[in-house]
Amino acid sequence: MNASSGVSPYQQIVQQVKSALRLGRLRVGDQLPTVKEVVGKIAINPNTVLKAYRELEHDGLVAARPGIGTFIVNSFDDTTYAAQRTLRRSLEVWIEKARRAGLDDESIEALFVDTFLFAPKEVVV
Amino acid sequence: MTSALHATDLGKRYGRKWALSNCTLDIPTGHVVGLVGPNGAGKTTLLHLAVGLLTPDSGTINVLGEVPATSAEQLGHIGFVAQNTPVYEHLSIETHLAMGAALNPSWDAQLARRRMHDLALDPSQHAGDLSGGQRAQLALTLAIAKRPSLLLLDEPVAALDPLARREFLATLMEVVADNEVSVILSSHLVADLERVCDYLVVLAAARVQANGEIEDLLASHHRLVGTRRDLDSLPTSAHVVEVSHTERQTTVVVASDDPILDPTWSVEPLTLEDLVLAYMSQAEEQRRELVRTKGGAS
Repeated sequence: MNASSGVSPYQQIVQQVKSALRLGRLRVGDQLPTVKEVVGKIAINPNTVLKAYRELEHDGLVAARPGIGTFIVNSFDDTTYAAQRTLRRSLEVWIEKARRAGLDDESIEALFVDTFLFAPKEVVV
Repeated sequence: MTSALHATDLGKRYGRKWALSNCTLDIPTGHVVGLVGPNGAGKTTLLHLAVGLLTPDSGTINVLGEVPATSAEQLGHIGFVAQNTPVYEHLSIETHLAMGAALNPSWDAQLARRRMHDLALDPSQHAGDLSGGQRAQLALTLAIAKRPSLLLLDEPVAALDPLARREFLATLMEVVADNEVSVILSSHLVADLERVCDYLVVLAAARVQANGEIEDLLASHHRLVGTRRDLDSLPTSAHVVEVSHTERQTTVVVASDDPILDPTWSVEPLTLEDLVLAYMSQAEEQRRELVRTKGGAS
């Protein structure tokens, strides 16, 4: 949890689960930790976790099985996993180039975010 | 539905000084409530009124629908951990638990033993030999093993190091996840309250400055920044919490259920800490103003 990010704690949980799904760290069939396990580990309000799980359920990504737990039932398009590896590799190459050019971490991040924000939003075929 | 805590014009006076005044609150059950404010704001007074250690000098207070401490049964529904998590230094953990069992009809001995086991505490150990964090955990165990419907905690983590604080709050949240228990805890550590609470009461200068579900409070409070001006142009529905001017700029913290549409203001959301500080500094400013107009008399 990041208290100073301005993103509400429940949104942070939702984003973390979604990003784990996108990166293949969570897959269909995996069980999410129980509410008690989460609050016992990171000391946050149980309602925050419940609210995050409900939103994930509403998005069709998880399903709660009463008395058993909450499970991943859907993921984002799995076909992107393979592409992610090569994309990550080319990003690593790019970061190396940026370092060699003398950019510090902040400049690299700023350049990436700025380029990302101003890049065309759709692929032109 | 019964409220966890219901107060109307509640006040408590020590000599000529009101420690708490005009306190009107209606806190529903099922929340983890943070009671926040500077030292001397009336937090402990309010909690002591809620458990019946103090009686009101004005107004009324009901806890779980009853006047505090009117019967043993009523007290059985309330768990209370006083400031500095007091325990009996010369008694062993075992004796503490035996006392809890003897004094509370609803005592859950299994829960108490399991908690001591989870914390790896030796039951024969004297409470005086425990670390601050362990003592706080023992006090919490005594309060929750009586299976209360409402748990009141007065600055439970103030004296703990960051790790012990995190572990204490994690335990408390596990209790909330497992049981239907409402919690009211006082603290001046807003970052902790933001994690564990979903309802907030801001006390300052012996009065309730703001209260409500944290989500609603954050949604209804805004910081407005614009060129320096008077505040006549603000919509009447906006309640001004705090104002500050520089030579060219005016910054206002307002509470408003309606959105601020005036394009000459730039509207920013507030963090919970900003919100609490805005109310606290406004209360402090009013106090200073009052002292000044009295010609410096205290």
